[in-house]
Amino acid sequence: MTDTTLDRRFDARAWMTDKFFLGMPLGAYLRSLLTPGNALVALILVPGIPAVIYRFVYGIGAVSNLTQANPWGIWIGLDVMSGVALAAGGFTLASAVYIFGLKEYHPVVRPAVLTGFLGYLFVVIGLTADLGRPWKLPVPMVYSYGTGSVMFEVGWCVALYLMVLALEFSPAAFEWLGLKKAREWAIRLTLGLTILGLCLSTLHQSSLGALFLMMPHRVHPLWYSGFVPVFFFVSAIAAGLTMVIVESALSHRAFVSRVDPHSHEKLDTLTLGLARAAAIVLFAYFFLKLQGLVDGGRFDLLNTPYGYWFLFEVLGFILAPSLLFGVAVRRSNATLARWVAGWTVLGIVVNRLNLSVIAFNWNAPERYVPSFLEILISATIITIGVMTFRWIVNRMPVLRDDPAYPQAH
Amino acid sequence: MELSRRTFFKFAGAAGAAGLAGRPAAAEASAHAPVNTPSVLVDTTRCVGCRGCEAACAEANHLPGPEKPGEETVFESRRKTDVHTYTVVNRATGAKTPEPRFVNTQCMHCLDPACASACLAKALEKTPAGPVVYHPERCLGCRYCMVACQFDVPKFEFEKAAPYIQKCSFCAERQAQGLDPACASVCPTGALTFGRRADLLEEARTRIYQNPGKYVRHVYGETEAGGTNWLYITDVPFEQLGFRTDLGPTSPPELTRTALAAVPLVLTLWPPLLMGLYTFAKRREEASKSGAKEAHHD
Repeated sequence: MTDTTLDRRFDARAWMTDKFFLGMPLGAYLRSLLTPGNALVALILVPGIPAVIYRFVYGIGAVSNLTQANPWGIWIGLDVMSGVALAAGGFTLASAVYIFGLKEYHPVVRPAVLTGFLGYLFVVIGLTADLGRPWKLPVPMVYSYGTGSVMFEVGWCVALYLMVLALEFSPAAFEWLGLKKAREWAIRLTLGLTILGLCLSTLHQSSLGALFLMMPHRVHPLWYSGFVPVFFFVSAIAAGLTMVIVESALSHRAFVSRVDPHSHEKLDTLTLGLARAAAIVLFAYFFLKLQGLVDGGRFDLLNTPYGYWFLFEVLGFILAPSLLFGVAVRRSNATLARWVAGWTVLGIVVNRLNLSVIAFNWNAPERYVPSFLEILISATIITIGVMTFRWIVNRMPVLRDDPAYPQAH
Repeated sequence: MELSRRTFFKFAGAAGAAGLAGRPAAAEASAHAPVNTPSVLVDTTRCVGCRGCEAACAEANHLPGPEKPGEETVFESRRKTDVHTYTVVNRATGAKTPEPRFVNTQCMHCLDPACASACLAKALEKTPAGPVVYHPERCLGCRYCMVACQFDVPKFEFEKAAPYIQKCSFCAERQAQGLDPACASVCPTGALTFGRRADLLEEARTRIYQNPGKYVRHVYGETEAGGTNWLYITDVPFEQLGFRTDLGPTSPPELTRTALAAVPLVLTLWPPLLMGLYTFAKRREEASKSGAKEAHHD
């Protein structure tokens, strides 16, 4: 990377080429975008972006299957509930490295923090599609505090944590822009930000579960429990760990040119370490779920269709991956760990959807099934999120150190 | 519609100012559920299904008139309140009484309402005067109130690009002027009695005791969901009237109180604990480094 700041004359064109077009002339850069992956992106965004515009012009009813009886759907269950859980890698890894001193995981902190930051950013963007009056978001932030509301706590924590994540990621952006002073300041904040991030994450990850505490009349008794906030927090840690395994595996395939060539074998070791942690967390989560089942005392409901689905979640998505992670660690099989991680991520999405959509309003006569446009709008937001991740990774020092800052972050 | 909204704003402003002035009193009122606020007792044995309350409600709230006015066919399916309908009268299904039984449904005006506790912007509020009112200018449209309400009362304008929640306000504006709620003021048979909650509870029990075998021995709303300002007595099982009978006596906000209590705990305990762990991890690292150096020297 040429250090343009050393030049007396600032060459805007060279700077643009270097920073934005990956060092290529504009024409070559645009041609480089014609890939099969981008064709898929276009396939989603070409109908997706008009669908988002349509939703804001004609209202939620015009695009969704949401009704008076089912006011919450996949925009809450997938975009918000699952999105926040899957973005937990940022606080999990930052805490492991900067607080608990597990320095060997340093190479995966930056991608985890970036995943967290973009995860939360797109949760908030997705939320604006779900909110009837998103321009009123400043109301609870500025002058009308609903302090008795769990949603108030979630809103504040998410807003603050989004800022924390932006600051945690800022050193990478400053390195990219060559702003050494700003980077030094941002690095100094690391420990404080990590502690604040862990506090805020403890609160809002669990509070997303606490939203359901007030709804024993809606959530199926097998999923309803006073322990839901604890389930959400513990499973968020599992989601964070397994998302880092999945995300690093995908990144090492997709961004070969951006990855430190020596890091492939190292990544296997890190993957197995994360798998070991995930095995323990998932086993604890499994035991907590058992405790919830005993506490609820509704064993009679296990022998019903919802009961089978509950058992499938607890055994198939929690106990099984916990044991399989153990097998992967014993056999040093990183590939197995990666597949199990993917399965666990899916399981946590299923859990969030169970609480907010599938086992929600389970006894109501009217069932909710998302409309095509609801799914398309969710897919559009997720796609733009993934593209933003790719855009940043291709430009900023995320997957490997910037040569100008050796062993920096 | 426009007129009603403007006057509503005026009321909302007045309620807000009152809330500011009497904050400690208001806080106390919601913590120890106000017991003697204005309430309505519904005696379904007196209701003839004339739907005069529906018409009065529509008029008072500047809503389009009731569906199929004066037509018996309206009772063929169980209707729900909607963004344009704050109260509906339904016919009991499977009632074995000689005359059909009817019941009206609207906001129950809970003593400690789930919707108000769910709202992150205080757009829904239990006023010290009793009614649960909506401040549209604060609403984000998150619809947590709708899922939190056990009675499925708040309704959302899904068809609008700038939607609001709509629900019965217990005619808070009329009550502030010393008038009865529109529905109760027109009821020709005395099925709806407007009064103070403690008095109405006494009245309800008196009717049950003085007519042995007539009524179901339960006042719906006395304890349901922590108690409501709308109370019901009837001579048919409450299920047949469409009531949920699985609601316990716990007020819904009570269920989240422990979770909210964790906030100050986490914010005060986590940072010192984590700083301690950080120091511990750092020392261990330094010790292992100097240990390695010594080993090297030997």
